[in-house]
Amino acid sequence: MRAVRLSVVTAAAAAAALTAVTGCAEKSDSKASDDAITVVAKDDSCEVSKKEFPAGHVKLAVENRGSKITEVYVLFPDDRIVTERENIGPGTKATVTAEFKSGDYFIACKPGMKGDGIRQAVKATGGKTAAKRSPEMDAAVAAYRQYVQAQADETLPKVKVFTDAVRAGDVEAAKKAYAESRIGWERTEPVAESFGDIDPKVDVREDGLEDGQDPAKDWTGWHRLEKALWQDKKIGDREKQLADLLDKDLADWQKRVGKAEITPTSMANGAKELLDEVATGKVTGEEERYSHTDLVDFKANVEGAQKSFDLLKPVASKNDPKLVADLDKQFAALNTLLDKYRTDKSGYVFTSYEKVGKTERKELSDGVNALAEPLSKLAAAVVK
Amino acid sequence: MSENTTEEQGAAPSRRKVIGWGGAGLALGAAAAGGAVALTRDGDRTAPVADSGGAVPFHGPHQAGIATAVQDRLHFASFDVKTKDRDELIQLLKDWTRAAERMTAGAEVGEGAYGGLPEAPPDDTGEALGLKPSRLTLTIGFGPSLFDGRFGLKDKRPGALVELPKFPGDNLDPARSGGDICVQACADDPQVAVHAIRNLARIGFGKVAVRWSQLGFGKTSSTTPDAQTPRNLFGFKDGTRNIAGTETDRLAKHVWVSGKDAEGAAAWMDGGSYLVARRIRMNVETWDRTPLSEQEDIFGRDKKEGAPVGKAKEHDEPFLKAMKPDSHVRLAHPDSNNGATILRRGYSFTDGTDGLGRLDAGLFFLAYMKDVRTGFIPVQTQLAKHDALNEYTQHVGSALFAVPPGVRDKDDWWGRALFA
Repeated sequence: MRAVRLSVVTAAAAAAALTAVTGCAEKSDSKASDDAITVVAKDDSCEVSKKEFPAGHVKLAVENRGSKITEVYVLFPDDRIVTERENIGPGTKATVTAEFKSGDYFIACKPGMKGDGIRQAVKATGGKTAAKRSPEMDAAVAAYRQYVQAQADETLPKVKVFTDAVRAGDVEAAKKAYAESRIGWERTEPVAESFGDIDPKVDVREDGLEDGQDPAKDWTGWHRLEKALWQDKKIGDREKQLADLLDKDLADWQKRVGKAEITPTSMANGAKELLDEVATGKVTGEEERYSHTDLVDFKANVEGAQKSFDLLKPVASKNDPKLVADLDKQFAALNTLLDKYRTDKSGYVFTSYEKVGKTERKELSDGVNALAEPLSKLAAAVVK
Repeated sequence: MSENTTEEQGAAPSRRKVIGWGGAGLALGAAAAGGAVALTRDGDRTAPVADSGGAVPFHGPHQAGIATAVQDRLHFASFDVKTKDRDELIQLLKDWTRAAERMTAGAEVGEGAYGGLPEAPPDDTGEALGLKPSRLTLTIGFGPSLFDGRFGLKDKRPGALVELPKFPGDNLDPARSGGDICVQACADDPQVAVHAIRNLARIGFGKVAVRWSQLGFGKTSSTTPDAQTPRNLFGFKDGTRNIAGTETDRLAKHVWVSGKDAEGAAAWMDGGSYLVARRIRMNVETWDRTPLSEQEDIFGRDKKEGAPVGKAKEHDEPFLKAMKPDSHVRLAHPDSNNGATILRRGYSFTDGTDGLGRLDAGLFFLAYMKDVRTGFIPVQTQLAKHDALNEYTQHVGSALFAVPPGVRDKDDWWGRALFA
């Protein structure tokens, strides 16, 4: 998982069907042209200069005339994020650009960067649709969509083993089922995060709560239960409620995940993001701070990234065979390194991360860097 | 010697400009480099001016960053080689050389920091955009561990590339010591130095991994004796009698490897040097409680002027016998060490505090020499045993590197002679 607001950033990349490009505030002034749509964000309003515009590459010139830092989102009707721009300070301007297919959208300003935002319904008109992709690309996306759905379908029963144990008050059984229940989620996390609202419910850590949220009331999901099991070592009524809630939220994920907007670019970026997750959360031991099952998540993240890579390989190897060879090598090297921490190579029982020393953690971190750096070039190799 | 920098072309170009000019920027770099070669051929003078944001030529018989007038800031990184593939290591050294050429000229790495494919991360990390070249120098060295047989270099390990002995009082942290390859980045702007190391580390991922790195915020020695001698964190002038970048004879005698020192296994070191890096923690709090007279006795110089005991001026010839037997200057002086002379290029550092309310501060000692066995080792043996300063210092990191000769031109690369 990542902190709540960060998950939104990921979403933009995962929804990069539209190759959303966010501009830079400093540079935006010179770039902003007359055909831009003006968005004036105030503390209690979000004014849009045009409610209807031709589909295609559209520029939003945002000005925050309010007193609070704001965010601007472009959303699909189902709240899927097209693109977003955070941290627009009072009195400052920013440019947001996105490729709009014809259809309905919301433009939302979020003064204070909280809540659902103040929304304006807008419409992109005309015949311009997404560029036609090659059959190879379509095949890769279709296969990945199936993979993501299968991960969700297989995860739900495993989660039920875990939540049943919690409901039965069986601490040991719950601890045993915990890590395995997360594998499918960890493999496909960037897609799940693209929905924005599910990740903060099921995978947030205590430090990921927003200011004003009460850990006793607002902290839900796997890590809240992890803390109960490993640190507090007891299951109460609240934990049993949270087990029900986890089932429910993940059922929502299972239902929606198949409809996620997936593109070759978002697959490649998603793979990179999975490695980012490893680099920032797992290598440091922050993700599973009570259960120390970080290496299970680590492995699942790498597997999910490798799946995307494998599916994109036919396209990428035409454009950049050297990169593909390097990635093959680095995936193999990292998997070999991870295998040192499990005895059964087909299972997911890994060494507890608190037993992994400083030198070994450095070695794992070096391995992640060695893979993540070339992986960051995969998206370009796919679209080139 | 302002002719040795791009200053002569007019105002120092900002990084952005160099890139904006495109071909013109490259031509400028080439012109500067050509000038350097001509200069060094004439008189082996490799020290450019100390007072500009201009570019120091990258190409030449010796690497820049040794005799070069000492810049204000340092970022030093030591790398472990992760790849087992000799060819991959060679390719990395070539890639690094090309990136170093660009960065020292004030240009961005690869295709730059923006304007490329939106789906791809930019080649350059971007934080040096708009900054001047800031006299950035990048100097590479190879540690003893690189010659352990992984890359077929066993018979190329120079005799001078020894393991440093353990000196009394050493408390070395392995995580801050050693390394297969080092890169010293010096610049007048700290962001330029950090940008250089960051981008080299990024290019190196998968092939090398940073083992440790050290920032230095202030120079403690200079190679420009006309300028004011910098002070160390004990408040004393340091490096008064350092080898100057213009002293061709002393450089040839004490710093550059040549002649019989560049034969056999060390043939590839002709024009190179040896670098000792020591992280020396200074207990500044206890030092600050020491009476002035005792501080001056410990150093053997007075605090204000830096004059040796009994003399009036900093640059007066010291009379060693007038100093206490355990004074720092007396023990470190060439006359007390069979003439041993090294080129010091160290930096003060402060890495925050140590958790006990004390500054984690000290000297990141860097010294270049022709042979450590007649340079650093005898001097440090003396100091470690007797120096009164030891009460206030502790060596906590250590590394030794063979620094190859300079990169001659656009086709040459760091370490070419070693891997030939």
